[in-house]
Amino acid sequence: MYKVVIGLEVHCELETKSKNFSSAPNEFTKIPNINVGTVDLGLPGILPVANKEAVKKALYTSMALNCKLPDEIIFDRKNYYYADLPKGYQITQNTKPVGVGGYLDILVNGKIKRVTLHDVHLEEDTASLEHHPKYSLIDYNRSGIPLLEIVSDPCIESADEAVQYLEDLRDLFLYLGVSEAKSNYGQMRCDVNISLMKDTDTELGTKVEMKNINAFNNVRAAIEYEIKRQSELLDKGEKVVQETRRIAEDGKTYSMREKVDAVDYKYFVEPNIPSTPVTDELLDELKSNLPELKLSRYLKYKELGLSDEDALTLSKDRGVSDYFERVIEKSDVNTAVNFMTTSILSTLNKLEINIDELFITSNMLSGVVDLVSKGNISLDHGKKILYQAIDEEKDPNLLIKKAGLHQINDEDELLELIKSIMEENTEVVRQYVEDGNMSAINFFIGQTMKKSNRQANPNKSKEIITKELERRKEDAK
Amino acid sequence: MYRGKSITELRELLDKEELTSEELFDKAKKLAYAFQEDYNSFVTIMDDYKIKRRSDSLIKGIPYALKDNFSTNGILTTSSSNILKDYVPVYDATIYKKLRKAGGVLVGKTVLDELAMGGTGTTAHTGVVKNPWNKTCMTGGSSAGSAAAVALGIVPFSIGSDTGDSIRKPASFCGVVGYKPTYGLISRYGLFAFASSLDHVGVLSRNVKDSAIVTDIIKGKDINDMVTINYDKNLVESLDNDIKGKKLFYIKEICDKSQYTDKDTLKVLDDFYKLLDKCRELGFIVEEVSIDKALLEAVYPTYMTISCAEATSNNSNLTGIQFGPRGEGNSVEEIMFDARTKGFSELIKRRFVLGSYILQKENQEKLFLNACRVRRLIVDKMNELFKDYDGMILPASGGGAPSFDDSSEKLSSKYLLLENHLAIGNFGGFPSITIPFTFSNDMPVGVNITGRVKDDDLVLNMANKIESVTGYKDIYSKVGDIDV
Repeated sequence: MYKVVIGLEVHCELETKSKNFSSAPNEFTKIPNINVGTVDLGLPGILPVANKEAVKKALYTSMALNCKLPDEIIFDRKNYYYADLPKGYQITQNTKPVGVGGYLDILVNGKIKRVTLHDVHLEEDTASLEHHPKYSLIDYNRSGIPLLEIVSDPCIESADEAVQYLEDLRDLFLYLGVSEAKSNYGQMRCDVNISLMKDTDTELGTKVEMKNINAFNNVRAAIEYEIKRQSELLDKGEKVVQETRRIAEDGKTYSMREKVDAVDYKYFVEPNIPSTPVTDELLDELKSNLPELKLSRYLKYKELGLSDEDALTLSKDRGVSDYFERVIEKSDVNTAVNFMTTSILSTLNKLEINIDELFITSNMLSGVVDLVSKGNISLDHGKKILYQAIDEEKDPNLLIKKAGLHQINDEDELLELIKSIMEENTEVVRQYVEDGNMSAINFFIGQTMKKSNRQANPNKSKEIITKELERRKEDAK
Repeated sequence: MYRGKSITELRELLDKEELTSEELFDKAKKLAYAFQEDYNSFVTIMDDYKIKRRSDSLIKGIPYALKDNFSTNGILTTSSSNILKDYVPVYDATIYKKLRKAGGVLVGKTVLDELAMGGTGTTAHTGVVKNPWNKTCMTGGSSAGSAAAVALGIVPFSIGSDTGDSIRKPASFCGVVGYKPTYGLISRYGLFAFASSLDHVGVLSRNVKDSAIVTDIIKGKDINDMVTINYDKNLVESLDNDIKGKKLFYIKEICDKSQYTDKDTLKVLDDFYKLLDKCRELGFIVEEVSIDKALLEAVYPTYMTISCAEATSNNSNLTGIQFGPRGEGNSVEEIMFDARTKGFSELIKRRFVLGSYILQKENQEKLFLNACRVRRLIVDKMNELFKDYDGMILPASGGGAPSFDDSSEKLSSKYLLLENHLAIGNFGGFPSITIPFTFSNDMPVGVNITGRVKDDDLVLNMANKIESVTGYKDIYSKVGDIDV
């Protein structure tokens, strides 16, 4: 057995109106080369203009990741020649990244693991290349899109941890609203560095790098394959070669090129972007907008008595979680959880909408939850009314009032109703009294509900019906 | 009728309707063609007269020339390099836009030292630019054609770029005014970058006022260039302000005659001291200051180190992939390698290799970052002096334009000090102007005035006053003896 050491470099495209250093639009499209300006093509004479929104979102994310923030924003040039890099250099951050250090606590198999970070920096994306046997095509739509790179320390120890970290990072981006983080659009990609060492080793083993993996399950496959491949090499006493590998569709990794550390990027400070101080006002503004994050909410929900599954479900999406918290401010937690995890989430799934698009506001829901938890209407009814309200786009509380659907809890009223039903169904009463037919109880409950327009409190009705039948049985004796 | 006239004079002719702007354009074009074979100022001479009529600017209808490293939509822009020999831009540089909007009429794009790297005017892909005062001499560079076109009287003004002294040195050698404003006063958007932290856009003209007129039009904040600043002061209006009591300094280590033996240089310095006396008569206080010679000797190597490093990176877009001649090869690397091998001259490659070496991880601290520190020391020293003085006055060069067979020793004190101090203006982004003040061996020599950042109004004001006593205002080479 070897100890697995993994470091992840996660690239996330930030959601902004325009690109990081040009005014061309930043939006996903399948039509090549339409979101392209002079700057994105690296034409002679162009100059970068830094995107304030991108810088803010980068700082905001660093803050949420508990990083040390810089006193000023500056950028650096990373110089190298490649067909997807039109200027011949990438504007990135090397001297003063938007975040240094920091961490993200993740929940892996029920335990909290702290993934520590090396840094978080803001840079620009490259163009995308499409290779054909005899030529390659370049799409500059992606050229210059703001890219946030989050570099973890080599502290991840399994594929499970790696994938959980990626999922939690994605949820964080969505929580913060800084990116759509769709890996199928390449908006979130990652480079995996992995090495193996013996427990007794003091130095890290030779690392292998795998670049630009989009899908999380490919990250898992790549890591699992590499653990197996490297273990077998080490078992045989062979050496792991330092190289860049790629994951293929068969789930195996293949060597691309050796010696990944040879490039000297000749970094220097970008002279065309003057340094901008990070002011206390800006930091205060960002801080005041920082939401409580997923893990903290999960733990809070567990404290409130939610099951592990419910706590996970309700904390995963910030919109759902915020909604849920607004509901429970005014009504019973358990009932609210029941409504949220069944009616609300299933409706969102069915309609393929997010919670902000749902007609039922948290206020409406808390009204219904309150009626149910106080026993004014049945859970069953509450849900039916809720679905009706969604269908008709009406306030469920108004529907309840309008239909007079308040539950009949008054025992005298119920007794009177039940007595009259029994008068009309003497044969069924006889079957219970003489033959001991227990199904008569359910028959009378059904009749009571029907006659009362489903307003009768079913539990109380059952109690009274049973008592009444028993009394007649006694009388018959 | 037209040749050698200033903006103000041409304005009057236009306003009195003695000439139309189209006639001015035709005359300028005629002159441009007449001198092209002998002096080679232009890469492109415009065929068609184009003007924006809706303008009330002083330069409406006035012909001008643009250095061929400014992006002009639809007009060939070569940067005088083979790698861009067929490059037609798709967008306009901010200054070109502003000049067009003001009604300026473009006559042509002028030759420069390849990619603006060089100070001789001899390295363009279209050949050598020759000095209007003597065809066997250099114009200096890199704004060689822009200086020559103004010195020949083809246009009243031209636009240049200045990274070390690329406007002010050829201005000195060609006997014209060359002005590089405060860094950020004029947008660099559309200027093919050489060394971004040192690159300035500026003006060449035959008198200080014309440079002020043009700068008032092209200055100001540009959303496409983050280093630009708003500058509300009107430069033309400040030209005639009283300068009584303004304090100028010159540097002992540069101007002390005892260190030179060259006759040409001694003559220039003699005339310089005479000019200083005239300045005192005008009401200036002129004093000598002493600066650590080591610091002054560091100007040139510091300039080379920083500019080569930035140039290597800035010109990495010239790969023949997005534009320019496509190289041959079986991989992207081979294609780029081939395009760059064929596209650049040896001198350029030498600078790129130097720049690359300077930026390498193992050299960066010792070479690049130390150069940046020295730059800071020099700028700090200047700012300290500018607390007591309003400007620095120095000869722009130690003699007239060198002849093409000149091979002066590059590390002699003349070369290191007298010929290279102008880069100080680029280090600190100081406004700096060269005006002709004497002739030596029948070749013009300029004097340079450099001032505090954003004190462009004062610098032009002082230059305007000094210009009035040089006796060389509005000069141009009357070679060819033609007017149109």
